[in-house]
Amino acid sequence: MAAAFSRERVDGSAVAVGMVMLIVLVLALAGAANAVDPAFRTHSFMFAIAATLGLGGLLTWHELSERQPRFDRTYYEEGIVKAGIAATMFWGIAGFVVGLIIALQLTFPNLFYFPELGWTNFGRLRPLHTSAVIFAFGGNALIATSFYVVQRTCRTRLVGGIWPWFVFWGYNLFIVIAATGYLMGVTQSKEYAEPEWYADIWLTIVWVTYLAVFVGTILRRKEPHIYVANWFYLAFIVTIALLHLVNNLSIPVSFAGSKSISVFSGVQSALIQWWYGHNAVGFFLTAGFLAIMYYFIPKRIDRPVWSYRLSIVHFWSLIFIYIWAGPHHLHYTALPQWAQTLGMTFSIMLWMPSWGGMINGLMTLSGAWDKLRTDPVVRMLVVSVAFYGMATFEGPVMSVREVNALSHYTDWGIGHVHSGALGWVGFVTFGALYCMTQWVWKRNRLYSNALVEWHFWIATIGIVLYITSMWVSGIMEGLMWRAYNQFGFLEYSFIETVSAKHISYIIRALGGGLYLTGALIMVYNLVRTARGDVPAEERRKLRASPAVQPAE
Amino acid sequence: MTYEGWSSFAQTWGTLYFTAIFICALVYALWPRNGQGFRRAAQLPITEKDNGDDRPLA
Repeated sequence: MAAAFSRERVDGSAVAVGMVMLIVLVLALAGAANAVDPAFRTHSFMFAIAATLGLGGLLTWHELSERQPRFDRTYYEEGIVKAGIAATMFWGIAGFVVGLIIALQLTFPNLFYFPELGWTNFGRLRPLHTSAVIFAFGGNALIATSFYVVQRTCRTRLVGGIWPWFVFWGYNLFIVIAATGYLMGVTQSKEYAEPEWYADIWLTIVWVTYLAVFVGTILRRKEPHIYVANWFYLAFIVTIALLHLVNNLSIPVSFAGSKSISVFSGVQSALIQWWYGHNAVGFFLTAGFLAIMYYFIPKRIDRPVWSYRLSIVHFWSLIFIYIWAGPHHLHYTALPQWAQTLGMTFSIMLWMPSWGGMINGLMTLSGAWDKLRTDPVVRMLVVSVAFYGMATFEGPVMSVREVNALSHYTDWGIGHVHSGALGWVGFVTFGALYCMTQWVWKRNRLYSNALVEWHFWIATIGIVLYITSMWVSGIMEGLMWRAYNQFGFLEYSFIETVSAKHISYIIRALGGGLYLTGALIMVYNLVRTARGDVPAEERRKLRASPAVQPAE
Repeated sequence: MTYEGWSSFAQTWGTLYFTAIFICALVYALWPRNGQGFRRAAQLPITEKDNGDDRPLA
C-alpha cells in the first residue's frame, strides 16, 4: 500500500484534485442530509455521485498510468481535445433536439403540450435549449479548441497535470446540474444566467482553473509572440469570469436550499443582467469563436491571416466597444435615457470591428478562393464568417431605438440570434470539429467529403428557412401589435397575432429539423473518421488499383 | 461618491482614459517597425508541424 502511493508515483495535481473532490463530497452529503427542498437534495446527491466518480476515476488513472511518464512535456495533450470533440457533438445534438421540440410545441401545442408532465413545459425546456446550445455545445467547443490552439501556437504542452481534465469534467458537471435544475424548476430567472448559487460557485471554481491552465500554458510558450487567437480566447475567459461573478452576486435563502436572492434590484438589476447578457454574446459567442476563425481558417487553407495588424485593431476595438452595448436591451424602460442611447451608440460603433474582423477572415482566402469549391470544410468556415457579418450588421440596426420599438419581443429577435447562433457559431464550430477530428486522430482525410457537402447544404437551407420565417413573423407581429383602428383601439387581440404566425412556425420547425439532420450527418461522419474507416467505394477502388497489390 | 459624481467622472475622464489606451493599442498595431514581428506571428499556425507524432518541434 505504501509503495502504491510512494512519493515518486503520486502526482501532485491529482492529489489536489482529489482533495477538491473530497471537499465536494463532504459538502454534498451534508447538503443532502439537511436539504430544505427536494431539488437541492437531488442536486446534492448528483454532486456526491460526481465527486465519488471523480475520486474513483483518479484512483483508476493512478493505477493504470504507473509505467509511462504521465505528463510528458515533449508531447501535446490531445486526449482532452478528443474528449472535448465528443462532448461538443453530444451536447450539440441534445441542444438541437430540445430546440426542435420547443419549436414544435409552439407550432402544434395540441400535440406537444403534456399537462401531466410539468417538466416538459416550454418554460422549463426553453432555458434547457439555450443553455445546451450556448454553454454546453458552444462552451465545450471553446474549451476543446482553446486547449488545442494554445498548445499548437505556443508549441508547448498544456500545464497543470490533471487540472485540464478537472476543467473538462467540472464544466460538464455544471452543465448537467444546470440542465436538470431547469427541468426541476430551479432558476434565478436571469436569461442565460439561470443556474442557482451553488452551481454558480462550482462554475467559478472550474472557470478560474480554466484561466490558470490557459495562462500557465501561454507563460510556458516557446514562441516570443502570443498568436492573436490566444488573445481572443483570453478575453473570452477573463470577461466571462467577470460577468459571471458580478451578475450572480446573490444571497442564498438557506445554505441547504436552492433559492437565492440577487443583491441587485429594480433597474440596477436589469442593467447588470443585460450588461452580462449582451457580453455573453460579445465575449462567449463572438470573441471565443473569432479565436476559432483566426486559427482554423489560416490552418485549413495553409495561408496566414490576411492582415495581422487588422486582427490586433479588431481585437482591441471589439473589447473596448462590446462591453458598453448591453443597455440596448432596455430601450423604453426605467433605465435613464442617456444610458439607453449610450448602449445604442456603442452598438452602432460595433459595425466597424465586426466588419473589420469579417473582412480579415474572408480575405484570408485571397489567392485560395478555389478551396471554396474543392473543400466543403473551408466553405463551412467561410460561410460562418459571412453569417457573422450578416448577424453583426442586423444587430446594430435592431439596437436603434426606433427599430427596437418594432423588433423587441417579436420573433425578429429570435431570427436574429439564430442567424448568429446557427450560421456563425454553429458553422464555425462544425468547421473546427471537422478539422480537429481529422488532425487529432491523425487521419489523412475525413471519412466522407460528400457527407460534409450534404451537411453543409441541408443545414444552410435549414438556416435560411429559419431566419426568413422569423423575419416575416417578427415584423408581422410587431406591426399587428401596434395597429390601431379608426376609434383608437388596438386592431388585433394578442391571440390573433399568435395564430397569424402559425405558418411561419411550421417553416421554422422545418428549418430546425433540417439543421438537426445536418448535425446528425456530421456526427456519423466524424465517428467514422475517428475510427479510421474508409468509404466502401474507396476501398473497392484501392483493391482494384494494381499499385497496392502485394508483391509476388 | 454620489451617482452624479460617478457618472460625470465616467463621462469625462473615463472616456479620455479609454480613448488613450485604445490609441496606444492602435499605435502598437500600426507602428511600422512592428511589421516584421507581425509577419512572423501570422505564420505561427502554418509553420507549426509535429511530424504526426504529437511532439512539438523545438
